[in-house]
Amino acid sequence: MDKQFFNSNKLPFCPGCGHHLISQNTEKALSKLQMDPKDVILVTDIGCHGIIDKFANFHTVHGLHGRSVALAAGISLGLKNKKKKVIVFIGDGGATIGMQHILEASRLDLDLTVIIHNNMLYGMTGGQASGFTPKGFITTTTPQESRTRNYNICDLALSAKASFVARVIAKPDFSDIIVSGIKNDGFSLIEVLELCPSYALKMNKNMKLSKILEDLQEEEFVKTNPNYKWDFYTNSTENLLEDIKIFEKKYNNNVNKTLCIQISGSAGEGVQTAGEAFSYAAILSGLSVNQRGSYPVTVGVGFSTSEIIFSPENESTYSVNTPDIIIITSTDGFSVNIEKLKNFKGILYLDLSLQTPQTEAKIIRYDFRKFGPKNSAIFALFYVLKDLQFFNIESLTEALEKLNLKNKVSFEKFKEDLNF
Amino acid sequence: MESSKKIFINGSFLIIESLARAGAEVFIGYPITPANYLYLYSSKRLPLTFHAPDEITTLQWMSGLSASGKLPITATSFPGFALMIESINMAFMMELPMVIILAQRLGPSTGTATCGASGDLLLVRGMISGGYPVPTFSISSFQDCWDIPPKALETSVKLRTPVIILTSKEITMTNRSFDLNSLKEIKKLDRKFYESNENYIPYKPEKDFVPQFLPLSTTKHQVRFTASTHDQKGILQHSTREALENTARLQKKVLYNLKNYTYFDYQEDGYENLIITYDVSSSVSQEAVRELRNEKISVSLLVVKTILPVSEIYYEIISKYKRIFVVEENLSGQFCEILFGSETPKNVVKINSIGNMIGIDQIKEEVKKNG
Ligand code: SF4
Repeated sequence: MDKQFFNSNKLPFCPGCGHHLISQNTEKALSKLQMDPKDVILVTDIGCHGIIDKFANFHTVHGLHGRSVALAAGISLGLKNKKKKVIVFIGDGGATIGMQHILEASRLDLDLTVIIHNNMLYGMTGGQASGFTPKGFITTTTPQESRTRNYNICDLALSAKASFVARVIAKPDFSDIIVSGIKNDGFSLIEVLELCPSYALKMNKNMKLSKILEDLQEEEFVKTNPNYKWDFYTNSTENLLEDIKIFEKKYNNNVNKTLCIQISGSAGEGVQTAGEAFSYAAILSGLSVNQRGSYPVTVGVGFSTSEIIFSPENESTYSVNTPDIIIITSTDGFSVNIEKLKNFKGILYLDLSLQTPQTEAKIIRYDFRKFGPKNSAIFALFYVLKDLQFFNIESLTEALEKLNLKNKVSFEKFKEDLNF
Repeated sequence: MESSKKIFINGSFLIIESLARAGAEVFIGYPITPANYLYLYSSKRLPLTFHAPDEITTLQWMSGLSASGKLPITATSFPGFALMIESINMAFMMELPMVIILAQRLGPSTGTATCGASGDLLLVRGMISGGYPVPTFSISSFQDCWDIPPKALETSVKLRTPVIILTSKEITMTNRSFDLNSLKEIKKLDRKFYESNENYIPYKPEKDFVPQFLPLSTTKHQVRFTASTHDQKGILQHSTREALENTARLQKKVLYNLKNYTYFDYQEDGYENLIITYDVSSSVSQEAVRELRNEKISVSLLVVKTILPVSEIYYEIISKYKRIFVVEENLSGQFCEILFGSETPKNVVKINSIGNMIGIDQIKEEVKKNG
């Protein structure tokens, strides 16, 4: 078995760069674990650390800045294979931009190991400050010292319940920590504090990583949370069509051309459900139907419109120029139709409580709200069906049954009131 | 003939069932109107569902799953799609199969979530840095909800690329009666991975310019996926000839294979007037054509289902006509601009609308006025 993890001893970083130590220790850890290189997937992203993949003998995935943890999460979820080890190399810049991905992987305790190359600035783009730059640190964009504090990524990951979190200062041998991280059957985060000689050391003379930690009142550590296991969400059906209602034609209809009813009322008053019941009834009567809803985003506030096109043809159209019938059961439904009603020439069924709009329509008024707001839309449809006789009113009763609604509306009162 | 079996469902239902039958394995999503039914049905039907915390994560998880050999899908609308774009570029460059359903709604910005539109075509056309086309399909009817998604999935696998399915609120949230017996059987995609013992070169193209795929689960060969400019081995390069050829190949493979995934519906009726349309405007256009023909006005209809890249077949059809009407539910006439450029030719009429579905009469009037 080819146990070489890198194909060169000369890694592509500036002399003295802490990235060397991380790569070497990762290699050491993989050797200690006797891993087959082809069981290792290294996910990197943008930053000096990412150039390493060219030198790797394992699988490599080189992604977008800061997104490597999410990309690796997808790989880990897809492989679901304990033998395979997914390792992420990311910088402090990437960890800043992709922090959500780190927290998410911690929360779900996904099986991967993230090694943050924290040199406290953006090396590749010219030494700018990152979210990991500590107060007092000089970078090219904070030439008079950074005035803001840094993220504590280990604390964040621990509070999101990552099962293995370590902070370590880059040193010749910290491979045992990486071994433990890789062995952990869950999410492992290892923050390695290291130096970028090309920027950090030039601007912060004599800086010492241990001193930085001390000033932050922080230290190196390894901490764990219990491993968290959860089952994947799998399907509850092998066929969506299996349990679907089949409508057999049971009633006759008196419809000889495509017609459109629009019912408008208030959200939360059952307009869409009423439209659905009417559609069911039309299908039970051998018609084809197209039902569109229109309403604001917030469920339960404002207007709600249901447009039902029904047709004796095999397939109903998707839209018509204008409805033949408009039903309005509330003020919300009224306001939204004021413009439309001006040129409307069909039949307008209007609740008694509403004022007379400017319209060319024939107006029929009735107290649709007499059985309460929640009954208004469905009651209005019963009324209209009784009035216009498109099809047997029984079909609408059966539709209510199919929708398990018959007991939820004041059905007996409808019957009495409308005498059917 | 078997009697009809009527069901009453929305378009999302058919889209997800057809994708599942064709072999889509994972849905990853973040809720957004009007794509929520697609999420809902997927979570019941697809073998696996993952709930992402945002749309960037969605596309990244999908990419990871795709790289490990799974076929992922998602569904979103503009605000979520906008977040996905950088990652779609990544998946396009890494050559990862996946399907992204874009259920359009009225923009700009968050616009109106519960109002239909066909306003994202130009965005999709221009979303890849460098202007490379991504195979994009448009759903124009309930029948398409069943027929088109499996073709989209197949294209994504055959071409090793993300593909987009454009639809809108008017399909994903509209209920229709539908004959169950009209649904054709869908065969599960037969997916093949690289099998040879010869060294695997991740981005070495075959004759059709598509490299063979090998998932990260393999132990036989080293596999690389790379988002930055890279050579055939998948190793980062600044701008070597090989690497630039590899990048240019991404366009070539999409165009070279276009004939194998060009789907459209063309009804010829004389060579006077041609209505070109896609997405939700197709049904009104169809109605208008029917009524115009009843009035003895001859109109042909081209419903475009493979909308990007634009097939030369569409231009062959267009060239036969005196007058062209492009019907689409956006303000500027996006497909018209893609077909004819920013200056609309004299014999081309744009028929557009926002916030309301284009009316049958509106189309008829334009045809009569200009015809
Ligand atoms: S610029 Fe800094 S971080 Fe990048 S390789 Fe050089 S020393 Fe390392």
